[in-house]
Amino acid sequence: MLEKILLLLSLSFSVAEELCKPGVGEAYKVRFSIKTALGDQAYPWNKNEMFLFRAALAFAMRDYTNGEEFGVSDVHPCNETPRVSFWFVVTRPNNTELVDKGTVEMAIKKSRNRINGAFLLTDQTLEFDGIYPTLAAPVSPDTPPWLIVFGVVMGAVSVGIIALLVYPLVQRKLKKNMDADDEDSDEETGVKTAENGANDGIYNSTFSDDERFTQM
Amino acid sequence: MKLKLPNPGLDDRIPSHEDLERMETEEAGDRPKWDNKAQYLLTCVGFCVGLGNVWRFPYLCQSHGGGAFMIPFLILLVLEGIPLLHLEFAIGQRLRKGSVGVWRAINPYLTGVGIASLLVSFLVGMYYNTIMAWIMWYLFNSFQDPLPWSQCPLNANSTGLVAECARSTTVDYFWYRETLNTSAAIDDPGSLQWWMVLALFAAWTLLYVCCIRGIETSGKAVYITSTLPYFVLTIFLIRGLTLKGSTEGIKYLFTPDVDELLNPQTWLDAGAQVFYSFSLAFGGLISFSSYNSVHNNCEQDAVLISIINGCTSVYSATVIYSIIGFRATQKFDECQGDNILHLINAFDYPETSITIDNYDQVLTSLNQTNPDIIQGLPLKTCDMQNLLSQGVEGTGLAFIVFTEAIIKMPVSPLWAVLFFIMLFCLGLSTMFGNIEGVVVPLQDLRVLPQTWPKEVFTGVTCLISFALGLIFTLRSGNYWLALFDNFAGSIPLLIIGFCEMFAVIYIYGIDRFNKDIEFMVGHKPNIFWQATWRVISPLLMIFILIFYFVTQVTKDLTYLVWDEEASFPVLEARPYPSWIYVIIFILAGIPSLAIPIFALYKFFQRKCCKDKSYKDHPVDTISAKIEMNGKAKF
Repeated sequence: MLEKILLLLSLSFSVAEELCKPGVGEAYKVRFSIKTALGDQAYPWNKNEMFLFRAALAFAMRDYTNGEEFGVSDVHPCNETPRVSFWFVVTRPNNTELVDKGTVEMAIKKSRNRINGAFLLTDQTLEFDGIYPTLAAPVSPDTPPWLIVFGVVMGAVSVGIIALLVYPLVQRKLKKNMDADDEDSDEETGVKTAENGANDGIYNSTFSDDERFTQM
Repeated sequence: MKLKLPNPGLDDRIPSHEDLERMETEEAGDRPKWDNKAQYLLTCVGFCVGLGNVWRFPYLCQSHGGGAFMIPFLILLVLEGIPLLHLEFAIGQRLRKGSVGVWRAINPYLTGVGIASLLVSFLVGMYYNTIMAWIMWYLFNSFQDPLPWSQCPLNANSTGLVAECARSTTVDYFWYRETLNTSAAIDDPGSLQWWMVLALFAAWTLLYVCCIRGIETSGKAVYITSTLPYFVLTIFLIRGLTLKGSTEGIKYLFTPDVDELLNPQTWLDAGAQVFYSFSLAFGGLISFSSYNSVHNNCEQDAVLISIINGCTSVYSATVIYSIIGFRATQKFDECQGDNILHLINAFDYPETSITIDNYDQVLTSLNQTNPDIIQGLPLKTCDMQNLLSQGVEGTGLAFIVFTEAIIKMPVSPLWAVLFFIMLFCLGLSTMFGNIEGVVVPLQDLRVLPQTWPKEVFTGVTCLISFALGLIFTLRSGNYWLALFDNFAGSIPLLIIGFCEMFAVIYIYGIDRFNKDIEFMVGHKPNIFWQATWRVISPLLMIFILIFYFVTQVTKDLTYLVWDEEASFPVLEARPYPSWIYVIIFILAGIPSLAIPIFALYKFFQRKCCKDKSYKDHPVDTISAKIEMNGKAKF
């Protein structure tokens, strides 16, 4: 029994070594830049982190294929370097058939954020060679913000122009009214001359001159 | 050298000292006046301190030997700038008219000098306000996070970034494509860009509201537009000095290279910069000075404003270069970081194994062991000096280099808003002087009916300038603006400046001028002013004019284009088409030729209509001295 298990284990290891060949077939290279991303709070790379990676990738495969029961053992890494980069292949659950590159790529693309999040990294610091990050479309609001500011400025300027043009006219009108009032009050205090008091007196026809023109 | 050309009838055309005293005590209702001295000084400082102090002087300083450039600059400031400034202030204050009025009063044959000032102010105002429109566009676009020039847009099928943007930079793309939508040549005008038309409209209406009643309104606006730039410069200095790499920039700016002093181009550039920086020969300073009281100390004002202008140039150069140093350091670090990353990825070394310090060693050792792999890597040479000298002049500085630096700073929108408000204020206060230099001569020339209020004059000027300025909103507008900048605002100004000096010293008469200044200020101008006015400054002006003219004429006329097919993303120099020479002649020739043409016109007018012209010889009686409204005229 023990021998059988040992045989199976060694077989699976050799299978993994045969399946995962760098740069060939369905293998993908992945690169971690933990120190760049996290600086002082970088965690060291070890077997546990590798386990997390395999689990995350298995999750991505499950999510994409809608339920096919991928497990941690279906992700086979190899050629690990101190850079923290390695190659990996994915096999179908329960057999050693390799999953093609295209499917793996779509699965990774779909769950990219989740994989990044598991490692506290970004698209730039957790790179899959050959899978480019989907570009986030730049945020473009419905009304361009500059039109709003333009509207505000033009509104203020128009109010300013109208105010500056109307103000002296208003001032002049006020002044005219004030002057008219002043003149009225002057007339009351001034001497009552013939022109002003003509309505009060009696018209004396003796002194009136019918001839408007001087007789020669 | 007591040369004085004959100038008959001068006394009849100008107010005498007694008239001036009388006008001083009487209420001169129709002529505008400054509310206080500070308003006058702020307006003049605002007119002189403009965009050139921020984006022309630092470039000249750095390219002509850094700290050593201060020497020709200061020498020419003292020998050329201050005397000319004092001259303009004094003659304006004495004759109490705008530029056309002053020159017509000195001698009717000199009216052309005023008209040339008018034309130059008009042409320069047209393109200067377009730069203001660009600044307003950037300002309007700064009220968002992230800033629009920090990202490339995606291409049509969202597979990648737009090619033009990916090949150059985000700031280049935003400037050349989204702002200007520039075409590939000046012959290819394209259509009007509606957003630019809106921005230009905003710029002209804002200018109109500030200048609507001349110095009554602009005098209030200068309290803000002339002081705000200094606050913002100080804020930027403090921010800049706390950023990494700012000292690199300042060192690069001020490192002296004394050999540059032997290069005549350095002196020519220094002289031209002093002349243009003081906004001389536009007519605006004469106009502003004429609103002063007669006994204002114009000598003190001239020295004060010159010192302020010079110091502002140096101060803003320091601020600009601290930010440029920061940008260059950032780009240098990015460049090196990229190179290190390529090496680490290619050879699978751990992340922190290669640093900036051991990069060179590692590269050389790797080059020996694996040269083929090294050849295949896209390693770039990271040159700090090259980064520091990139595009640091003119619109390139403000809209490309500085905006790139801003997006690397934290809280970018704040810095963008501050920067563009500062540029806007600098430009707006200069435009006040330009408008003054156009509107007042128009009123003096009596081209339009005198009864029209000043608001209409200003409105007509702004409307016509806006309509003609629409040419700068075409797709080739950027190239037209460069053309105007090179030719409308250069040689004619030098010619007018020289004519002004000659007219005041030799036609008006240095003796009379000295007596006027003694009457106004209290003491006769000392030997320094005499020497500079009579000999030194005119000679300097002639030298600069001749050398400038020769350099312009001998060099090939080319302009820089943004063309995707050619040497992209670097701007390519392309020769002008032949019909441009007509335009150049109109821009530079017509204002300059206005001086002799008008002199000839007046000459022929006098000759053929000799009997028509008569002089008023007022009869000196008692009744003539008493005015009807009861005021005695003594």
